[in-house]
Amino acid sequence: MATIFQRIGAATSLSYSIDTKTSRRSLSERKASFVVVRSDATKINTGLNRIGGRVDHLITNAVATKADTLAASTASKPGHEVLLFEALKEGLEEEMERDARVCVMGEDVGHYGGSYKVTKGLAPKFGDLRVLDTPIAENSFTGMGIGAAMTGLRPVIEGMNMGFLLLAFNQISNNCGMLHYTSGGQFKIPVVIRGPGGVGRQLGAEHSQRLESYFQSIPGIQMVACSTPYNAKGLMKAAIRSDNPVILFEHVLLYNLKETIPDEEYVLNLEEAEMVRPGQHVTILTYSRMRYHVMQAAKTLVNKGYDPEVIDIRSLKPFDLHTIGNSVKKTHRVLIVEECMRTGGIGASLTAAINENFQDYLDAPIVCLSSQDVPTPYAGTLEEWTVVQPPQIVAAVEQLCQ
Amino acid sequence: MALAHRSSGLLKPLSTASSSSFLHRRPYSTDDTTTITVETSVPFTGHNCETPSRSVDTNPKELMTFFTDMALMRRMEIAADSLYKSKLIRGFCHLYDGQEAVSIGMEAAITKKDCIITAYRDHCLFLGRGGTLLESFAELMGRTAGCSNGKGGSMHFYKKEACFFGGHGIVGAQVPLGCGLAFAQKYRKEGHVTFTMYGDGAANQGQLFEALNMAALWDLPAILVCENNHYGMGTAEWRAAKSPAYYKRGDYVPGLKVDGMDAFAVKQACKFAKEHVLKNGPIILEMDTYRYHGHSMSDPGSTYRTRDEISGVRQERDPIERIRKLILAHDLATEKELKDIEKQARKEVDEAIAKAKESPMPDEPELFTNVYRKGFGVESFGADRKELRTTLP
Repeated sequence: MATIFQRIGAATSLSYSIDTKTSRRSLSERKASFVVVRSDATKINTGLNRIGGRVDHLITNAVATKADTLAASTASKPGHEVLLFEALKEGLEEEMERDARVCVMGEDVGHYGGSYKVTKGLAPKFGDLRVLDTPIAENSFTGMGIGAAMTGLRPVIEGMNMGFLLLAFNQISNNCGMLHYTSGGQFKIPVVIRGPGGVGRQLGAEHSQRLESYFQSIPGIQMVACSTPYNAKGLMKAAIRSDNPVILFEHVLLYNLKETIPDEEYVLNLEEAEMVRPGQHVTILTYSRMRYHVMQAAKTLVNKGYDPEVIDIRSLKPFDLHTIGNSVKKTHRVLIVEECMRTGGIGASLTAAINENFQDYLDAPIVCLSSQDVPTPYAGTLEEWTVVQPPQIVAAVEQLCQ
Repeated sequence: MALAHRSSGLLKPLSTASSSSFLHRRPYSTDDTTTITVETSVPFTGHNCETPSRSVDTNPKELMTFFTDMALMRRMEIAADSLYKSKLIRGFCHLYDGQEAVSIGMEAAITKKDCIITAYRDHCLFLGRGGTLLESFAELMGRTAGCSNGKGGSMHFYKKEACFFGGHGIVGAQVPLGCGLAFAQKYRKEGHVTFTMYGDGAANQGQLFEALNMAALWDLPAILVCENNHYGMGTAEWRAAKSPAYYKRGDYVPGLKVDGMDAFAVKQACKFAKEHVLKNGPIILEMDTYRYHGHSMSDPGSTYRTRDEISGVRQERDPIERIRKLILAHDLATEKELKDIEKQARKEVDEAIAKAKESPMPDEPELFTNVYRKGFGVESFGADRKELRTTLP
């Protein structure tokens, strides 16, 4: 059945009309008391639910955290407004001030200020060696960063675009991921490899790649994807403080998102998912840019009477199966919306993981909406059809909740 | 002689009746029998090889063609700039203005059977290989009339019949590909050569040296052309390379440093290189050139270099100005006629843009075409979505 949904997903990707005739609303036949119609998609406190309060399932054991809040929105608290790239810069700068071993290396990070301005102003402040402008040699400077990490430094390696890190795959896989294991624990590799990836605005096939699907099998690394200025700063700090190699996936289109973030210092948990919108009918798992497509679809869904629970999984490796599991146990239906390609993406792995662990709690097969298995075309219209769009998400939820 | 090989690629596909008659109006601008000898601006510098002579033979037709073609390329890039700003071209757009002499000089020395492969700054090289303005602009705007049907974009221009192999986004990745083209040429004993182009930023890629080693080991007819415009995006060459003398980087592979803003120097060097590699294996040509625009349209180009530097180069070394002065000095055309040629170029570019705008965007099924190549008696369920089951032969 999942394949049918996927094909339908493909069909709706080809035309924007949503066939409302086939989606029957039989909500009243379902678990009765949770049908709630809301007029907006703001954070809703569902209060009591069967498996216990929403608040209880936070895990804080992985990385030491401070002031860890579970809500994505901090608009009510006082703070300062930043764009996402500024939030990343703040996180990086604070860590560099805190620990002299933290350094940055990448192409055009120093004098140029970073091609997406994440490292702007850092080179004049910390010097040319701590914010190192490398030649265009990804394989070698990634290796260099890993070598420096083996002796105690904590480099933050920037790939100008994640796609360029394919040249460094050997270093990331064999050295970064495996050295801690093969040396019997002698060496730790506290690197952070970060950079923008994902499908942008007509950047062409080679610059629109989703590397998380290629890196996910590498043992020994952690992968996180940020999606808001709040979690960008928190994840950046957590990644730098972590003694494990962390790959931080940013997205080309999210750098100019604005949000008010707290003035006080905070570090987020690297392995935790973020509850974006609690709900009762269906669990929608997503990350990075697709979170915004899902939230857009959620508005439409709420108007149609659905109550989706949206979780930004944030941690791509390992998955936060605790949060996800609790959600599945509550809603019994899962929709995964991702930007990776259908074959071998994060969604595929997540589908397998959920099926394996929570099979009994599922009322319907997991539906995974992903990008098409094609190189991203340059033409704008074709590129839109490559990626999952909100109408497809709405249609999938309607199909799922029949 | 190399001059006889030169096919005037640029004018034929674009020419409306008016432009070809325009050039025929001046009898001696199509004159290719009178020899004019031109001196290159600076002598060549060699590394482990003898340098060619500074004197280059040319003729009025070639001079006029150089001017016309370069004016067209310049106009195309400037038009692409304004199209980008009006959001008709999106994504990444790397412009070649300032570097036209490299393309023009190279085409003058080689045939369409010799291969050229380059990185993402490929619009003018595509034009030089015989691509049309319509194909360029349509591709830049993502329309079906584009050279890659709108699916490639600015960084993916190709023209197989003219042996133009692209068009590559990842820095340095085209160099091993270029050595592969040379390998195939040697394999087939064709007597043609490959020009593998890359920039000063890519010169620091490891894969370049790996490819160079193999090319030298097996005497492949590969000419590695480093278009040194002195900046790898925002990083100046001296900040990225211990030794910015890229023509010497080959060590055991000979190299030649060429003034890349002088079309005749480029032509001479390419002619020399072609003869060299067919006998002796690879050679590196370093073209000392300059780009007026920033690295791409999202780079202002002024944060890492001064405006004085840019305008200084434009005044002293601009390739089109050099040809203009030569034409005027040899009295092949008047100032006004040259201005008319530039106006004509502008008109052709505008017409091509208008025509490209009429071309439609690709249809939905185009998303799934050309992922795989069909055939071999197998029909399988692929991204094409046309087949549902596998039938083996």
